[in-house]
Amino acid sequence: MCHGLSGEWAAGKSLLKAGFALSAVVTGKSTRHGLPTIESRFMNLYDLTIEDAHQQLVQGKLSAVALTGAVLARIEPVEPRIKAYLTLDPEGALAQADAADRRIAAGEATPLTGIPLGIKDVICTRGLRTTCGSRLLENFVPPYEAAVMERLKAAGAVILGKLNMDEFAMGSSTENSAYQITRNPWQLDHIPGGSSGGSAAAVAAGMCLGALGSDTGGSIRQPASHCGVVGLKPTYGRVSRYGLVAFASSLDQIGPMAKSVRDCALLLNAISGHDERDSTSVPNPVPDYAAFADDGLNRLRVGLPREYHQAEGLDPDVRRAMAAAIDTVRSMGAETVEVSLPHTEYAVAAYYIIAPCEASSNLARYDGVRYGVRSQDHADMLGMFRRTRTRGFGAEVQRRVILGTYALSAGYYDAYYGKASQIRSLIVEDFRRAFETCDVLLSPVAPTPAFKIGEKTDDPLTMYMSDVFTLSANLAGIPGISVPCGLSSGGLPIGLQIMGPHFSEERLLAAAFHFEQHTNFHRQKPDL
Amino acid sequence: MSITREEVRHVAGLARLDLADDVLDTMAEQLDGILGYMETLNRVDTEGIVPTAHAVSLTTPLRKDERRPHLDREAALANAPERDEETFLVPRVIG
Repeated sequence: MCHGLSGEWAAGKSLLKAGFALSAVVTGKSTRHGLPTIESRFMNLYDLTIEDAHQQLVQGKLSAVALTGAVLARIEPVEPRIKAYLTLDPEGALAQADAADRRIAAGEATPLTGIPLGIKDVICTRGLRTTCGSRLLENFVPPYEAAVMERLKAAGAVILGKLNMDEFAMGSSTENSAYQITRNPWQLDHIPGGSSGGSAAAVAAGMCLGALGSDTGGSIRQPASHCGVVGLKPTYGRVSRYGLVAFASSLDQIGPMAKSVRDCALLLNAISGHDERDSTSVPNPVPDYAAFADDGLNRLRVGLPREYHQAEGLDPDVRRAMAAAIDTVRSMGAETVEVSLPHTEYAVAAYYIIAPCEASSNLARYDGVRYGVRSQDHADMLGMFRRTRTRGFGAEVQRRVILGTYALSAGYYDAYYGKASQIRSLIVEDFRRAFETCDVLLSPVAPTPAFKIGEKTDDPLTMYMSDVFTLSANLAGIPGISVPCGLSSGGLPIGLQIMGPHFSEERLLAAAFHFEQHTNFHRQKPDL
Repeated sequence: MSITREEVRHVAGLARLDLADDVLDTMAEQLDGILGYMETLNRVDTEGIVPTAHAVSLTTPLRKDERRPHLDREAALANAPERDEETFLVPRVIG
C-alpha cells in the first residue's frame, strides 16, 4: 500500500542529517475512505519519533525546550477535540526539558533525555494529580513516585501530564472515565479503545512522543490497535508494578505505547528491571530491546491460532488485514503453521471472573479514610464507607466490584473463582503446547476496528467480548505487541498482535520491527 | 445459577455500596446476564486441574529484616479527607 515510501523517507532522513530543523519528509496519509496517498509536507517536531528526536537533540539541532514547546503547542488546539489529557503540567515539563538540555550539553543524554511523554493516569506521579479516571480520586496527589516514573525521570524524560482512561482501567473504550470521553484521532465519533485510550490517542495525535499504558486484559494492545500506534504488554513481572494503582494484581502490567516499534523498545529498556518493592518483579537481566538482534521474521515459526483467525464475528476488514499480514510475514521468510488454543472460547468468562474478584479486593482500600473524596452525608463510619464508594465509583466499577464480591462469597467461591482459576491453568497449558511448535503467535488484536462512541455502553457483556483476543495473554502472563497492519475500508487502523512465550520481548520486538519496516503502516497519520 | 435483586442488594452491602432502587434493577439484570454467560465454564471438565493464581511462578522473595526509610508522616497524611497533626480522623466508631 505504501510502495516507494521507504526510499523517499530515506531521502527525508538525509535532509535531517543535513541539518534542517524542519525537514521535508514523506508521510503516508490516508484519505477518508480510500487507499493511503503519499504526500510531502514539512514535518512538525511533534511528529518526530523518539529515535529521531534523540538524534536531533544530541546533534544540537534541536533543544529539549523547543521540542517540549512544540508538543505543548500541538496539544493546545488538538486537545479540545481529542480530550486525551486529564492533567497537563506545562511548567513542570518545560523545567524538566531545561534540565534535559543541560544534561545533553554535558554529554550525559540517554535515549529518553528530553523526550516529552504522557503517562496513563493510573501510574503514581509524585506531586502530580493521579485520578485513575475516578471521581473518588479527583484530588489525589501521590506522595511517592511509581518505580517506572523513577526510571523515566532518571533517564531524563520530560513528563507532560496524565492521560485519560477507563475508571480504574476497567473498560475497553475509555468511555468509563468519570471525566471525559477521549476520541479516536482517526475518526472523532469513534472510541480510541481502552482502557489506555488517552495514551493511544495522544501518541496518534502527536500530543506526546510516547506514553505509558497499563494492560490487564488488553488495555495497551487494543487502544494501540484502534489508534494505529505500537503498544507492548510485557511479560508479567518484567516491569515493576510499584506505584501502579492495582486493578487485578495477577494480571496488571505496565508497558510502552509509541509511534514505532523501536520507540517502544527504547521505552521498555528504560522501565524494565527488577524492583524489590514489587514481590512479583523478576530478577532477569534486561537486554537491549532496541538492538533487534534477532533474525526478525526470517525462518521464524509463526503460529496462527485457528480459534482467533476463524472466530465468528471477525470483521471482514480485519480478516483481510490478517490475510495480508500473513502473506507479508511469509514473504519475509517466516514459516507459518496453524495451531490450536482450544480453551480460547472460555477465556472471556474466566477473565471476567478472575479480574473482578481481584478488583473487589483491591478496591476495598477506597474507603474515604486516607485519600480520595469523602462523602459528607453520613451518620456513622459504615455510612461514610458506603456513601463515599457509591458516589465515588462509576457504574462499571460498581458492577465489577459487586460481581467479584459475589464470586468470592461463601458458597460461590468454588463455582466461580475456583473454576475460573482451573480454566486459567488450561489456557496456560494451551500456550505452552502452542509454543512447542512455533516461536510466536500472530493474530488480530481485536475482532473489529474501533466502534462508535456509545455503541456498546448499555451492554457490558458485548463490551467484554471485544477483549476476546487479548485477555488470554494476561491470564497466561505472556507478552504481546500490537503493531499497525492496515486501515479498514472506513479509514480506521487495524492492529496485528504478536504474542510469545514468557520473556520473549526481544523476539516479539524484532519480528514487529521487521514487519513494520517492510510495511510502513506506522507512518500513516490521522488527518487532524 | 442466577442472581436475584435481593442478592445483589446484599452483595452490594458487603462491598460497601448503596444502590438506589432503579440502579439495583439494571444491575441485577446485567449481572444475571453476565453470570449466565459464566456458566459456559461448566462445559469444561476441570476435575483434578490445579488452579492457577499467578501465571509466572516465583518463590516468595525475602529481604533482610532491617530499618529502611519510609514515607514521612506529613506526606502520608497529605491526602487525608480529615486529619489532625498526627493521624487520620474518622467518624466515631464506638458510642
